[in-house]
Amino acid sequence: MKARVLIRLKRGILDVQGSAVLRALAGLGYAELRELRVGKVVELDLDAADPTAATARVDEMCRKLLANPVTEDFTIECPLP
Amino acid sequence: MRFGVVVFPGTWSDCDFHYVIGEVLQQPVKYVWHRDRNLAEFDCLVLPGGFSYGDYLRAGAIAGRSPVVEALPEFVARGGVVLGSCNGFQILCEAGLLPGALMRNECLQYRCQSTHLLVENTDTAFTRAIRPGQVLRMPISHGEGKYHAEPHVLATLKKGNQIVLRYCTEDGGVTRAANPNGSVENIAGIVNDGGTVLGLMPHPERAAETAMGGTDGLMIFHSLLGSLVEDGSVLKR
Repeated sequence: MKARVLIRLKRGILDVQGSAVLRALAGLGYAELRELRVGKVVELDLDAADPTAATARVDEMCRKLLANPVTEDFTIECPLP
Repeated sequence: MRFGVVVFPGTWSDCDFHYVIGEVLQQPVKYVWHRDRNLAEFDCLVLPGGFSYGDYLRAGAIAGRSPVVEALPEFVARGGVVLGSCNGFQILCEAGLLPGALMRNECLQYRCQSTHLLVENTDTAFTRAIRPGQVLRMPISHGEGKYHAEPHVLATLKKGNQIVLRYCTEDGGVTRAANPNGSVENIAGIVNDGGTVLGLMPHPERAAETAMGGTDGLMIFHSLLGSLVEDGSVLKR
């Protein structure tokens, strides 16, 4: 079963990396950019009976390690198309 | 009193701490491998700086789930003290032994420089040899040292007098200009609610001999030694 986790800095937390990338794009002429935030994607392949069971396991993995609950939010996509 | 210096793959300040504790302070010290769970022979464990596991995922994230760190709550519960500097501070936050998180420096630069630190709480095992309001000078060396905590966590830290060190000017002014990484309220170091786990971004081990340019870091070690003598830990072994 394949799953994908998208990890993002929580809203309201300054994303300095995103700001730097935004400024670089603005320097390339993309003046229309208003906001840019950088996140992380984790792709997983796991043994699971069904998507519900897989999602529950991946959710646990996110809480235990993959995301930092102080600074990050995460969303899980499972199954993948 | 026995010190243990924890070594993860990618730790870089382990030898510095080992040298300061063993050679400068003449105290017994051993390295502790990150897979080791048996901490019974130690009174104080040091989590040094570096880039454990290459900072993969987040700084300190993987080390924060290692066997030695999983053994720390029990170590602390039976009276052990823990000092985490730089990556060690990041690991303690990742492991939930200290609240909050350390994020990329606001300036986006890796900052390797001398900093001044206002000591706000001198009632901990790590700061008892220091005068309240004293300013220490120690170096920092990090790219991810911006301390972040939610407002209710900050309120708890303040209420419990858990904010130990703040970045300041030479004369103790807690100003924005003196904040090297954008840490909330200039926080450079905090303790747990028991005052027995200290996390700080500065490097006390790099300010421990005149040849290093300063000896203010020794104040932390002298505080620790005084505490261990006074509570009888020394006599117990």
